[in-house]
Amino acid sequence: MAKQAIFEEHPEVARRFADLHPPLEPQQAVVEANRCLNCFDAPCTAACPTHIDVPKFIKKIASRNLRGAAVSILDANVLAESCSRVCPVEVLCEGSCVMHRYNKLPIEIGRLQRHAMSNFYDSGAAIPKRNSPARQEKIACIGAGPASLACAAELRQQGFQVTVFDKRPLPGGLNTYGVAEYKLRAADSLREAAKIMELGVEFRQEEIADEAALGRLEKEFDIIFLGLGLGQMHKLGVQGDTATGVIDALEFIAGIKMGTCLTVGQHVVVVGAGNTAIDAAVAAVRLGAANVHIIYRRDEKSISAFDFEFEHAKQEGVKFLWGTLPVAVHAEDGNAVSLECVKVQVSETGKFSQVPGSNFHMPCDMVIPAIGQSPLLEFLGKFRDLKVEKGRIVAERATGATSNAKYFAGGDCINGGREVVDAVADGKRAALGIAAKLGVK
Amino acid sequence: MADLKTNFAGIQCPNPFWLASAPPTNCGEQIMRAFDAGWGGAVWKTIGEPITNVSSRYSSVDWAGQRMMGLNNIELISDRPIEVNLREIEEVKKRYPKHAVIASLMVETKREVWHDIVKRAEDAGADGLELNFGCPHGMSERGMGAAVGQDPVYAQMITEWVKEVAKTPVIVKLTPNITDIRVAARAAKAAKADAVSAINTINSITGIDLDTFEARPNVGGKSSHGGYCGPAVKPIALNMIQSVMADPTAALPMSGIGGISNWQDAAEFFLLGCGTVQVCTAVMHHGYRIVEDMCDGLSNWMDSKGFKTIDDFRGLTINKVTEWKHLNLNYKIVASINEQLCIGCDLCHIACWDGAHQCIHMDRVEGPRDGHVEVHTKPAEFERRSKASIAVTPIPKLDHISMEAHGPYATPLARIPRVDETECVGCNLCSLVCPVEDCITMVEVPTGAAPETWNERTRGTGRPLTQQAR
Repeated sequence: MAKQAIFEEHPEVARRFADLHPPLEPQQAVVEANRCLNCFDAPCTAACPTHIDVPKFIKKIASRNLRGAAVSILDANVLAESCSRVCPVEVLCEGSCVMHRYNKLPIEIGRLQRHAMSNFYDSGAAIPKRNSPARQEKIACIGAGPASLACAAELRQQGFQVTVFDKRPLPGGLNTYGVAEYKLRAADSLREAAKIMELGVEFRQEEIADEAALGRLEKEFDIIFLGLGLGQMHKLGVQGDTATGVIDALEFIAGIKMGTCLTVGQHVVVVGAGNTAIDAAVAAVRLGAANVHIIYRRDEKSISAFDFEFEHAKQEGVKFLWGTLPVAVHAEDGNAVSLECVKVQVSETGKFSQVPGSNFHMPCDMVIPAIGQSPLLEFLGKFRDLKVEKGRIVAERATGATSNAKYFAGGDCINGGREVVDAVADGKRAALGIAAKLGVK
Repeated sequence: MADLKTNFAGIQCPNPFWLASAPPTNCGEQIMRAFDAGWGGAVWKTIGEPITNVSSRYSSVDWAGQRMMGLNNIELISDRPIEVNLREIEEVKKRYPKHAVIASLMVETKREVWHDIVKRAEDAGADGLELNFGCPHGMSERGMGAAVGQDPVYAQMITEWVKEVAKTPVIVKLTPNITDIRVAARAAKAAKADAVSAINTINSITGIDLDTFEARPNVGGKSSHGGYCGPAVKPIALNMIQSVMADPTAALPMSGIGGISNWQDAAEFFLLGCGTVQVCTAVMHHGYRIVEDMCDGLSNWMDSKGFKTIDDFRGLTINKVTEWKHLNLNYKIVASINEQLCIGCDLCHIACWDGAHQCIHMDRVEGPRDGHVEVHTKPAEFERRSKASIAVTPIPKLDHISMEAHGPYATPLARIPRVDETECVGCNLCSLVCPVEDCITMVEVPTGAAPETWNERTRGTGRPLTQQAR
């Protein structure tokens, strides 16, 4: 991971993308930790896909056993630091907090977890190594995103020889390249990946798993874990969508995080109303765009972003146009100058129809499609005997086992695109499934 | 409107809230500000031959993020010359004639020395005298303070010396650092003391620094046994005061001391027979201003109960405390959980299983499975199931749900515990751990049996029964 050593946080990015949820001060953390009721069989723990024992780590913060808090978190979730920043806690642990029913604010579980994890890693501590006997079996993890990292870490802790293959220069997948910088800095994602490398996991970045490579991997490795994520973002698919100034949301965000794309248009239109659209729109605001609009073909009630993301975008000054569909990007000298849109209505049966004569032009110099990622259909087609449905690899939820005994899978490529914490849970379950298959009791 | 005017063993004051002899009553300037804030009386910081105090004097016990649940001190009596204290008493009494100023006294165990200090204090205008037989640190090593209070012979002798010359009421301050506080109170009564006050501070070491291994408060690497006070000691004070007030050979007008922080605490001390209460830690924590709500709250509570004066309810609880052998063995209560209020923390379940009698369950089963613990799913099994479950983040697009289906969530039925009333022993623990007021109440279940005490049940058997048939 030589590249990580030269990767430094871009000062301009740091300035513009300050933490959305600032870290807790040490005493603040103790006060908040003391508020926790320490529920039995706590709902927050049950709601967490990785089942972090929340009251356990919170009470360790209260007793000022910060190392113990971090270690108990890591025991359940090896990507605990990034999860503490990117998890939609409002619909997970904090959404389940009994304090809601007590007429009180829920415990700030996400920030407490971040407090424990930042403190742990800032002190230079390493993930504690389990004392497992070394095993000869070799496992390849394809993709270096959260699912693969979680799978690799667990297998390595059980003594297996693990190698992670990834097409990008840096590990971490969307944690490094795709999460809004005000939630999780790329540098923190890389630090977390480095901790997994310290466990003895080998990382081979910028290696494409093409057909020939897969053939070699199948011979060299006993089991192959697929933590591929999803494919490219969908193209806008309208006339002129190749003009300069049209850039998909993930590419836009990755450019910011790598410090390679820190200029933005004056008038920006984001197409789509999911969480990634919100991240892109807010990023455009913070980079200095004068006007940022999100256009969406359905109404406000139908957006797929979480409530708190929608509220956040409005607070940052993003404007929303509902019932609006893009029909063409107009360009001058190859540069986008306006987005032609049309109003749409939805019939009772859910059918969209354009309102005749409602076309209008939104002047813009940047168009950011954020209308979802496509599945890796073409790539998945290369695997023999791997059952794929609706663009997702079919895998047993409890073990990650696929229809091909050589392959296990987890993360977005089996669940269709959920959260980091879901991928971590998938990866760890698959690791346990692989270990069981290889005879670990 | 309740009347808080008080006559305590002949000492008049506008209300029963006094400052205890302590740092808040160190000098006249402080006491006058305290009277301005509304305090009815003040017991002067103990006057005696001036001592030298150490630097670093207090330490405290914090609890669950709250500061000073208990306070500890190794400060001695006044370090100011006797004349200065007496001159200021005179000035305070001149300017605040209606407020009670009590001189707390501690001198060496010599009759003429006690006679001298009593006369000088009364000449200065003190309304009463409090004999400090309780200070547990420093002074006791020199044969004063608790060293006197722990020896009923000395306590009686010195009190008698004081009574030989005193014209004002004499209050003997009792130490709790004794096996039976009634022994000291009886000595005071035998010596014709006019009143007692209790409790003084309790010997303590509040804590140890885990980096230096030194105890607190730290005086250059060493600590000393201090005196503990504050909210933590209130139950100990109530217990000792009740035992004195229930003993006819010990009971005297009682000035209650020990962890009183608000009007509710004070009302409890009055219910155990106290005529005044003395406050220190709460003032050291928040200042003199706290007396306003003490008066206001007590007055409003008295109005709501129809009490016009403190004497209307003083002592009502003394005889409601008795020896265990007089309790009714046939009285039965069981826990009742209000499902509407339950937030699903399930602390009652784990408290009952691990700390009580295994009768609050998470499995909701009907009749036949009520009964012995063996038929129920154990706590660890619920935790195991939760951690083995597959939970995912709800995503509207994938799960075809609207965002309105997201948290905060209502308490699911599976998280509302239920009580097996046939096994519940009525210990109260669940109602104590429940964070929601009135969610778990203890409900009386008529047993149909006539009241029966242990004494009655074992009468005539010649020996205490160890086991009753159920």
